[in-house]
Amino acid sequence: MKFGVVMFPGSNCDHDTYHVISKVIGQPVDFIWHRQNTVADCDAVILPGGFSYGDYLRTGAIARFSPVMGAVKEFASRGGLVMGICNGFQILCEAGLLPGALLRNQNLRFICDHVNIRIEATDTPFTNRCQRGQVLSVPIAHGDGNYFCDVETLAELQSENRIIFRYSDADGDFTTDANPNGSLDNIAGICNRERNVMGMMPHPERASEQLLGSADGRIIFYSLADTLAELAKAS
Amino acid sequence: MKAKIYVTLKPSVLDPQGKAIHHAVETIGYRGIDDVRQGKYFVVTVDGSLSPEEARAEIERMARDVLANPIIEDFHVELDSDS
Repeated sequence: MKFGVVMFPGSNCDHDTYHVISKVIGQPVDFIWHRQNTVADCDAVILPGGFSYGDYLRTGAIARFSPVMGAVKEFASRGGLVMGICNGFQILCEAGLLPGALLRNQNLRFICDHVNIRIEATDTPFTNRCQRGQVLSVPIAHGDGNYFCDVETLAELQSENRIIFRYSDADGDFTTDANPNGSLDNIAGICNRERNVMGMMPHPERASEQLLGSADGRIIFYSLADTLAELAKAS
Repeated sequence: MKAKIYVTLKPSVLDPQGKAIHHAVETIGYRGIDDVRQGKYFVVTVDGSLSPEEARAEIERMARDVLANPIIEDFHVELDSDS
């Protein structure tokens, strides 16, 4: 089993993510340079947070044309596990691997804060260790995290149970106050129809050690590791 | 030849920046402003290797694939053959 963390020019959570996978959950991990046109022998690929290509034009708009994204698309189409965190989520939307787009935060501010997110679906490779309704405290750090999609897409996400995380208060209620950026339906993370590609705005890798204020986020990485272990056993 | 590309948020997409600008200009005292929408404007200089029809097709493809995100934005291309 091996994790891969993609490095785009401007990625800045690549080392944090690598650290959590290697040191906190203790799994093998490699960096994947953006010019590579293969994900090599990785079994799960993570697109980390940051400001890929300076986020010029639109967040993630240029990153999606980098050579590695062709390989990521091909990997995802074979059922490979792909997770995008923050800028990674934005790139997955731009690349068409996830529906919708991330707009400027409704209050026009860059928000750097701890938020609560509620687990809405546990039947995914990314949340299978979680309980439905469980509330995680994880940080967000973004200027463009306001999830938007058309009405039909939103209905599809809801009916197919593809909204994985919603911003909530500490009790798990979806109040308007708990929605930091104006996202539709308090959406903090979604997956594709096949449930092997997931994107989320909050940063679980920044909340994986108690020393940093919360270790709630590491359950996402443990879930992924469990899934990979199961897959390895089955093959 | 120059191509001008205007990229605007679809009418169904909220534009908090436009709203903030609207509020600001009203506060400053500009009158008669009903709404403000903010967008992007690109000027692309085209070399002489393409016919105007080919240039338009190429620029429209670029606008659709790169400059605009069709999920949230509309675009409009003007070709200015005088410049």
